[in-house]
Order: sequence, then C-alpha cells, then structure tokens
Amino acid sequence: MTINDLFKKHEFYLFMVIISLSILFTIYTKGFLTLENFLDLLTNYSFLGIMSAGMLVVLISGGIDLSFTAIATISEYMIALVIFNYHGNLFTAFFISCFAGVILGSFNAFIIYYFKAPALIVTIATLNIFYGFIILVTKGRWIYNFPTWFREARNIYEFTSGNGTEYAIALPVLLLLLVFIITYIILNYSFLGRKIFTFGGNREAARRMGFNLFHMTIFVYAFMGLLAGVGAISHVLIVQTVQANAIVGRELEVIAAVVLGGASLAGGKGTVLGTILGVTLIAIMWNGLILMGISSYWHQVLIGLIIVISVISSAYSSRKSILGGAKIDVE
Amino acid sequence: MNNIENKILDIQKISKRYGGVQALKQVDFSLKSGEIHCLVGENGSGKSTLIKIISGVEQPEIGAIIFIKGKQEHNLNPIKSIQKGIQVIYQDLSLFPNLTVAENIAVHNYSKGNLWWVNWKKTRKLSINTLSKIRVNLDPNRLVSSLSVADRQLVAICRAIATNAKLIIMDEPTSSLARHEINALFSIIKELQKTGITILFVSHKLNEIMEISERVTILRDGVKVGLFDRKDIDDKKLAYLMTGKKFSQEKLAEKVKKEKILLKVRNLSKKGNYKNINFKLHEGEIVGIVGMMGSGRTELAFSLFGMNPPDSGDILVEEKKVNFKSNEEAIEAGIGYIPEDRIEQGLIMNQAITSNITVTILNKLLNNLKMIDNKRQQRTTNHWVDALAIRTSNIKDPAKTLSGGNQQKVVLAKWLATTPKILIMDSPTVGVDIAAKHGLYEIMKELSKRKIGIILISDEVPEVLYNCHHILLMRKGRIVKEFQPDEISENELSNKIIEGLKN
Repeated sequence: MTINDLFKKHEFYLFMVIISLSILFTIYTKGFLTLENFLDLLTNYSFLGIMSAGMLVVLISGGIDLSFTAIATISEYMIALVIFNYHGNLFTAFFISCFAGVILGSFNAFIIYYFKAPALIVTIATLNIFYGFIILVTKGRWIYNFPTWFREARNIYEFTSGNGTEYAIALPVLLLLLVFIITYIILNYSFLGRKIFTFGGNREAARRMGFNLFHMTIFVYAFMGLLAGVGAISHVLIVQTVQANAIVGRELEVIAAVVLGGASLAGGKGTVLGTILGVTLIAIMWNGLILMGISSYWHQVLIGLIIVISVISSAYSSRKSILGGAKIDVE
Repeated sequence: MNNIENKILDIQKISKRYGGVQALKQVDFSLKSGEIHCLVGENGSGKSTLIKIISGVEQPEIGAIIFIKGKQEHNLNPIKSIQKGIQVIYQDLSLFPNLTVAENIAVHNYSKGNLWWVNWKKTRKLSINTLSKIRVNLDPNRLVSSLSVADRQLVAICRAIATNAKLIIMDEPTSSLARHEINALFSIIKELQKTGITILFVSHKLNEIMEISERVTILRDGVKVGLFDRKDIDDKKLAYLMTGKKFSQEKLAEKVKKEKILLKVRNLSKKGNYKNINFKLHEGEIVGIVGMMGSGRTELAFSLFGMNPPDSGDILVEEKKVNFKSNEEAIEAGIGYIPEDRIEQGLIMNQAITSNITVTILNKLLNNLKMIDNKRQQRTTNHWVDALAIRTSNIKDPAKTLSGGNQQKVVLAKWLATTPKILIMDSPTVGVDIAAKHGLYEIMKELSKRKIGIILISDEVPEVLYNCHHILLMRKGRIVKEFQPDEISENELSNKIIEGLKN
C-alpha cells in the first residue's frame, strides 16, 4: 500500500479524528489520558464493541437488526436464572446466554427470509416482542447480589502501580478481542464471509451464483444474536446487576459506531478495523464530554447527527450519479 | 442425427407454456462447437425462455430432447448446466460492485462445497491469468463499482471464462455500450472463439447481428422461423423475419419551414458537463443530437429541462429568456422530457398505466372537491391509449406489465398530455422492438406535423439520420459539427462519432 492509498482510506481519517479529539480532551480535561481512564473505557465499552461486530456483519449483508438489545436483555436474565436457580457456573451461564441469543437471532432470520419482510420493520417488531415479554415475565425486577465467584470472575488480571493505584484487565476485554479477531477471520478469509459481502452487494446476482441465501440470512442474524449473548455476559460481569432497561435503547449507539466506521446502511461495505475505530471514537467522545462536564443529552444528539450525516452522504452520492453528475472531460 | 459430436448443444422439440401464453412451440435449436451464433427475435419472441431452458433455470415440457456435447440430459438444472460448461452473462451482468475485479472473477469458487477458506493469492492469480487470456489490462484490485459499463462487461466475461466455460451465452451484451466499446467486445468474442469457446449472442440489433454472427437463428412468437448462415441473409430480410412486417427507411423528405423559433440556446456552458452550446429548434423541427455516452448530451438535456442549471449562457423559449430553477418551471414553459432510463426515471413501474399517463396533469383532473375525478382520468387515459395505439388489456394494470415499446408510449403520452411545445427525447428506442421502434418514429413525425419541436438524443446513427431535419454531433461536451441528413451517409456519420476517440 502506498501513502496515497492510505489517504484515501476512511479508516485513516477516523484515526486522525480520534487522535485530535484525544489531544483536545487531554488539554482541556483532567484525567483523560490516564491508564485508569483507558482501562475503564475499554471495560465499559467492551460489550457495545462486541455487539458492534455483530452489527457489522448484519449491515454488510444488507440487513439491519434493532432487536439485539432486547435479545441481550433476555440473555442477561437467562444468566441470572442459571446462576441463581440452577447453581450454574460461568461456563453454563455463558453457554445459555449465547444459546438464547442464537435462537432469538434465528427467529428474526426466519421471519425476514420466509416472509421477505423488511429487516428494519421485523426487528423493530421483535425488539418490542422480546422486550415486552421479558418485562412481563420478570416484572422488570432488578437482580443483584451475584455470588462471590461470579464477582471474582470479572477480572482476569490485576496489578498495582507504584503509587498504589489498583488496575485490572476484565474478562469482557478479552472477549472483545476474541470477537473482533473471529469476525475479522470470518469476513476476510472464509467463503461464508465473502458470500455475505456478495449478498449485500448484489442479492440477485448472489442468488444466480447458486449461493444459499437462507443459510446466509440465518448465519447473519444468529451471529448477531450470539454476540448479543456474549455482550450480555460481558455486561453482567461488569455491572454485576441485571436490569431490564440497562441496554435497550442503545441500539443506535451501536449502529452509529459501525456506520461511523465506514459500513454502509445499503449493505456490502464495512471493515472490522473501521468498526473498532468507530466504537473507539464514540467511546472517547462520550468520555470526553463527561469529563468536560457537558450534559449527557448532547451525547444522544451527537449519535443522531452521526447517523443523519452518514445517511445524507450516501444518499447524496447516489443522487449525484442520477442527475448527470458524471464528469465529462470537456476540451 | 448427423455428426452430433460436433454440436456442443442440440435441443429438439422444446415447448414451454406460462399460464395461457405459449412462450416456445416445438423449437429445434443447435450450436456447433466453436461457432458464434446469434439468437434473434423481438421482445416476447421466446429468446429469454430458450436461454433459461439451456441454463436449466426452466424445465421444458415433456417431449423435449436435450443433448449437451452429444450426451442426452434429463432434468437439466442450473448447477448441472454450469458443470457442463454453460455460462450465461445476463444483461445486468450480475457483478458485485462492492468487491474487487479479482474477487468477482473468482467468485464461483465460493460455491465449491468442500472448501471453506479463501486463498487470496490464488484468487489474484486466477484473475490475472483470465484477464490476460482475453488480453485485457485491468487492475485486479480495483472495485467493480469504479469501472465503466464496458469494463464491467469484460469482468463478467472473465468470470465466465474462469469457470472453464465451453459455451458462453451473452444476453443483449451491447445494450449499454458505446460503439467503440462494442468493437472492443467483438474482438474479444473472436478471441474467445479461437480458444474453442462457443458463443451464443442474443440480440435484436440488426447491424450487430450482421457483424458478429456466423449463423443466425430467428424466433418469432415462440416459433423458430429460420436458421441462416450470415452470408445468406441481410438486415432487411432479418427485420422481416423477426417482425413479419416490411419497413422502409428513408430520410425525411419535407423540409421544415423555419418560421418560428421555439428554442434557442446561446453559449450555454456548465463546468464538467458541456461548453459553448449553440443551436436553434424551430416549430415542427426534429433536431437530432448524436454522441456517445459521456459526450454531455444527457447533461445538456437535463439543463434544458431545468434539472441541471448551467453556469453561463442563455436558453430562450419562444424568444423569451428563461432561467429554470426546477423542472416544474420547464414543464410550465412547455417542455417535456422523456428520460434515457425509462424504468428508473420515466415510469412508476408498479402503478397503473392510467396513473402513469395522467401523473403530469393531475391538477387538471380535479373535481369540485379538489379530488381526482376518476372518470376524467380514465377518459384522458383512453384518449392517449387510442391515439398512440398502446397495447394493453386493462389501463389499471401496472406499467411493468407492458412491453418496452408500449412503456415508452406511456411515457410519451404522459408528456403529450401536458401539450408541450418542445419535447426532448433521450434515447427513446433503447430496448424497444423494431416494430415498436418504427411505431415511435411514426408518432414523432406526426408530432412534428403538429408543430411540436423535438430534440432527439441518440447514439443510433440510422435513428437520427432517418428521423431528423438537422443533426448535431456532440463530443466531449461540445457540439463539434452540424449536418443536414442529406449531406451524410450512415457510415460517414458513424465514423464521425467515434473520431477523436483514438487519440
């Protein structure tokens, strides 16, 4: 890759924005550029990062999923159920959480594929179904007082610095890393991943190629569900509480991060590196604004703006090509 | 069955019925190994159905016999057909714009069930080898979305070759190519032939058929009406066999009386679109603008219709200077525009024919309650259906149920309903049958008699030569030459269009 190619890359600009914002926040706030803040951010955003990897795959396939936060919420209650009522261990809790995610994700895929229904509408509907159902069953009860072994499972490595501050690397951070690596390998090196790109780029052509669109749809939404399950266990490990309204409502934050990372809502486009940078940017913005004492409502405004701007820019480029936007080399 | 071994494909007694329509009736068809064969016919003649049967997408009725490479095939399906070395390049090319050239060429590997992982080195190598087979210089790392239509076509051909295809079927491959690109495509087809690949070229463009084919099979209304060696046929005979009608092509005899100027364009320029455009359009005059895609002709048309404001220069409608800010103002001033892309820009495909025809004049169809008066809407529609002889059984059917020619007539009706003085027609006969094409030409002549001025944009030389009073040649955003039709022949004009491209 030449220097020129580098400047054309979306990821390069994102990286520059992240660096400039970091410099800005370092100058204007106290405590932005500290190891403590860095580890906190990484831990707190790991579960959103995990789900953004799932969303990346969904967007590349040309679909969308808004129900994953509800799926993650159901998974969280499943974790609590396994631990409190069935004396499960970390492994069974993890397994059940993921299993629930895969089942619910597949349910989305079935409806989307068999009824040829728009994914946006289907998953808004299932968001309500899943969320309503879990509130109904649990009556919105908070669950805390997790056993000690579960609290201790949160961190995998702890250390103390010279001045006595305690640091920890959390298990969710490791999961985040694993999820990004696996997603990268699937998207870039497996036939399945490449077929998902063809599916998002030109569905009819993928059909003519003889690719099994049903398998792909199932995989895409089940993978999103699986990562909602992984996200759920990460979230519960971090906050040690299960609460019905903790995650639902943050769908757009995930979508914004992925779209910011260069994925297209029209499908066929997106990279893992871009997604990582998108999540990083959103995390840094959120964190910096808090440290600067700016109202958290601005955060929501920003998320909304990011989505609007990215939709406008893709609509603008397609409009340009319709309205004789082709450059003619006039002599 | 004489020397069946030399035939890569031999199919007999092929019939196919869709509902009440007999798409194919007892058709026999065969391809010699290594030949370039043209399958011709109008829309609805059964060409597509025949391709679908060969590619295994559709099954023929009982009694059909299919031999591929001398072996009889029962229950042909798409996968079997591909395994037998048959590849179809569809009109839309079926490429993946978001992927690289290399990956598009090697994409068939992904359907191999026994492998899981992509070998990027092999993908790249396969694409480079295939591209060099047809001597094409394309960067395998480029995204297909950044390629021109012609280059995309090459990628589609490479993809077919990469599967070791023995028979490549090209469905209307030239429909969105400019003349010099068609020439390049033809030399590649001949190159492929040298490597032993059989080509089935599906088309309804007479000049191309005469140019490339060795043998021609003609279908009409689902029946095979002939199989000829090219030397035994000419384009007049071909047109007759395709349509069952005789057509004459003559240059317009009557000169227009240049009494009243409808439209005058003075020094019109827009950066990156066109420069210093000057011309006049008189009452009843048909002015042709020829030039290739990318010559700025469509951009100019958009400007005249208020959708692409020029940077400088004047547009005068009936001697009055106009400065359109939107197409609404252009319509108000009496301009109609029939777009190049009928499906995307000309029609609302899923809406009723009647809604499409009256969409431009809804405000004239309101009753006292300011609601659309259905009866008047139907009356208006019926008027235009009769006047333009639009063939439909029900005006409430969606526009997509019509053939290309009838769809174009609906677009025409919608603009005529606004009683325009000036009509801009951008490539109006693309994808339209010969018979329907001549129907459109007749309508144009009739409109010209009724003093409507027409700007006909086209890249088909005969179309412009035989239907215009005055011809403007555009190249790279400029009008480089003007002709009277009687000053120039078809060949000369064709050469003028591609001139200046070589350097």
